Amino acid sequence: MENDQNNLLDHITQSEYKYGFVTDIEMETAPKGLNEDVIRFISARKKEPEFLLEMRLKAYHDWLRMSEPRWAHLSYQPVDYQDIYYYAAPKKKQELQSLEEVDPELLKTFEKLGISLEEQKRLTGVAVDAVFDSVSVKTTFSEILEKLGIIFCSFSEAVQRHPDLVRQYIGSVVPPNDNFFAALNTAVFSDGSFCYIPKGVRCPIELSTYFRINAAKTGQFERTLIIADEGSYVSYMEGCTAPMRDENQLHAAVVEIIAMKDAAVKYSTVQNWYPGDKEGRGGIYNFVTKRGMCRGSHSRISWTQVETGSAITWKYPSVILMGDHSTGEFYSVAVTNHHQQADTGTKMIHIGSNTRSTIVSKGISAGKSNNSYRGLVKIIKRAQNARNYSQCDSLLLGDQCGAHTFPYINVENKSAIVEHEATTSKISDDQLFYCRQRGISIENAIGLIVNGYAKEVLRHLPMEFAVEAQKFLSISLEGSVG
Amino acid sequence: MEPILKALTLKEQLAEQFRVHRDIICRNDTPFISQARERSFHRFLEMGFPGDHMERWRNTDLKRALSVDYDLDVEAPASKMDVSGILRCNIPHFNTFLVSLYNGWYLSENGAWITRPDGIVIGSMAMAAKQYPHLVEESFDRIEKTSRNGLEALNNALAQDGIFIYVPDNVNAGQTIQLVSMVDYTRNLFLQNRNLLVVGKNSRLTLVHCDDSLNHQPSFTNTITEVFLGEGAVIDHYKLQNINDKSTVINTTLFHQASNSRLSTHGTVLNGGLIRNDIYVDIDGENCMADIFGLYLVDKDQHVDNQVQVNHFQPNSVSNQLFKGIADDRARAVFNGYIHVHRNAQKTIAYQSNKNILLTDKATVNTKPFLEIYADDVKCSHGATVGQLDEEALFYIRSRGISYDNARLLLMYAFAAEVINKITIEPLRLRMDDLVKKRLRGELSICDQCVLNCSAKENTVSFDIDMSKI
Repeated sequence: MENDQNNLLDHITQSEYKYGFVTDIEMETAPKGLNEDVIRFISARKKEPEFLLEMRLKAYHDWLRMSEPRWAHLSYQPVDYQDIYYYAAPKKKQELQSLEEVDPELLKTFEKLGISLEEQKRLTGVAVDAVFDSVSVKTTFSEILEKLGIIFCSFSEAVQRHPDLVRQYIGSVVPPNDNFFAALNTAVFSDGSFCYIPKGVRCPIELSTYFRINAAKTGQFERTLIIADEGSYVSYMEGCTAPMRDENQLHAAVVEIIAMKDAAVKYSTVQNWYPGDKEGRGGIYNFVTKRGMCRGSHSRISWTQVETGSAITWKYPSVILMGDHSTGEFYSVAVTNHHQQADTGTKMIHIGSNTRSTIVSKGISAGKSNNSYRGLVKIIKRAQNARNYSQCDSLLLGDQCGAHTFPYINVENKSAIVEHEATTSKISDDQLFYCRQRGISIENAIGLIVNGYAKEVLRHLPMEFAVEAQKFLSISLEGSVG
Repeated sequence: MEPILKALTLKEQLAEQFRVHRDIICRNDTPFISQARERSFHRFLEMGFPGDHMERWRNTDLKRALSVDYDLDVEAPASKMDVSGILRCNIPHFNTFLVSLYNGWYLSENGAWITRPDGIVIGSMAMAAKQYPHLVEESFDRIEKTSRNGLEALNNALAQDGIFIYVPDNVNAGQTIQLVSMVDYTRNLFLQNRNLLVVGKNSRLTLVHCDDSLNHQPSFTNTITEVFLGEGAVIDHYKLQNINDKSTVINTTLFHQASNSRLSTHGTVLNGGLIRNDIYVDIDGENCMADIFGLYLVDKDQHVDNQVQVNHFQPNSVSNQLFKGIADDRARAVFNGYIHVHRNAQKTIAYQSNKNILLTDKATVNTKPFLEIYADDVKCSHGATVGQLDEEALFYIRSRGISYDNARLLLMYAFAAEVINKITIEPLRLRMDDLVKKRLRGELSICDQCVLNCSAKENTVSFDIDMSKI
């Protein structure tokens, strides 16, 4: 059995990142490094209105005064922010009307990823707004969405076509100077997605974006803004992969969600950035600020994330529960292997009365990785009858990894009920023995048990994602020690 | 801005005092200790008082406590004091060996240094520096090297006295040792205590440690207690804190456990202005057990902060933390439990539980139950809850004719009883039980005498039934 496990370990440590390939497309880049000129260049390239440039410059000056957060349970080489290209766009020839006009190289890339637009379009009914190194290439199903008044487009397009909406909501959930990485993103964000669901509309399809970091040494700084107006509903999916590169790439995104009265937003992520090789070289640095605001009463925001990638993850999708009776949810599976490090969790800020939040976090660590849950539940004085339930479990595979839990609970109102539970354990020999006794190989048994362990979170994913997530889970973990 | 400036002044005052009184402070020292003091003082000047820039101090603000003008008392009281006159802390049917730290100075009716027939040595730290210089030197050396904050460094620089207990191998110290730290000073006192307890192989010690104040004068107590458990040693440690609302107590307790040792530490906070307990348990051997229990009942503007860090360095040990508290009025309760399982510590079982009841909207609870785990074959769990008295339970009790106030008391008492019932010494448990009941009824405050001698007769809880409503 020991031998079996070693073989399997070898097998998994030698398995390569399946999505590591580089697409050759002419790039147009801003000069390396960050200064006011680069920001003006980005803004000018994107023909942005004055207010955005002002916001960028203000954020840049705030950023200069800030220092990188060091409180997370992470250790990594410091990032040289002057050694990064802050803008890279595939050279665009004209507006694209159909798939045929898309650069065949691009299409090939998507095919390798297994998310060919055609297939998506034909089989799954998913509208994909694929962000290829920061500039949106193709939007599908836009006609259907247009009929309903739903705006789903790239961020730059939204800036051109709906500047008022952008101006009204950008930075309202994540202020430009919220934190070091949010300020950096605000200063240099290149593109991203914009989504507006009008009053009373239930978005009939699942909206989806694929991000890919392609050009070497290009930081990816997307900006996502989702606004769900009164009584609307949308399910939004984000997936990420990045090709194999030796140097660490920086990713600092900002996602803002606003849910008005009675609106519901479901945000799902399957994140599979390149985690670095088995020696811990390369891989993505993922420093992301994601936050939702339940503005109106009875609104609801739900984050579901499956994290299997990136070398360093620093990510805390949060919900500010402003409206009375609003609900925040966070479901997360974070898998780390080799030398990956993840410090991820959520913040639930209860402000309105009768607000509820649920946190279910499942951490799985293997190899020499470190996996931390860090979460805050805050009930302010006037938040009557707030309710929170948190559960964070950790599963350790192997004796070289670490699993940590750092919950913060601040309660200032006596009517609050806050519960937090956490356990840490390994796959029990009993469970393994039981499976093996029934003729299931150890590899499959572990896969079975891990999937069962993560089920509670996976079942919150949209169907298309759930299948993919399970695949990622088994790729990341197959053969890890039991 | 004002408190910050004041805090700076206190630091400056301390620097001045240290310069002026250095000879007196170092009077009993070996050269090694004097040098360690010097270095630690510089460390304190570098680090300053802990503040919210430190993660572990984010929820405890010392500014107000540090803005008071304090006296440093560097000379032991000259005249012989009648200990029994001050201390009448009798626990009914509980015979203890009583020693006291009176304003930080060791005081016992048995003298400053005794060796009991069974070989147990009980004495003052000042004497220990002469009798067992290597033990005290090691202690000063350790704290100098590990100082996690300015207060620990300051203690290492200024602490002149405290209690020293040495239990040789294979001795069962049958009689419980009761240590009462008492502050009774006409002005505001800033004091540092240093205690060292060494329990040898297969020995057993029970210690009851009370922090009390005799008047309403503000004081600032900064204590470090180091406890060593030899192989197979057993320690039952009870801590009772009942000080006035203006006083600050910072207690740092470090337990070091060798193989097969068993530690049980039990802290009860009944009253206090600002109480901070830093408890570190280093499990440095296999097959150890560590039980860390705490109960805190705070109201008015009181502040209690319990920081517990259990380090599992070796395999096959069990640790269990249970902390429960009730916060009333504008009080604030902080808990930070930390279980750190090192790579080598396989087969560790570590539990942690923190439960809080909030009685008002002005009270605050901050709880941070942390786990940091590097070994895979472990069972670790933690849980934290913040809530209020169960409405349904209240209704159930009231529906049986028990008044609202009594129903509340019953529920609060039941909540606290889980921790009280962990006390294994029966007379002490009954006494604690009694004190907690009194506390919950608001009858307990510091009186002219030590709280443990509180002369008021125990009133039985009366379940008055309002017959007119039936």
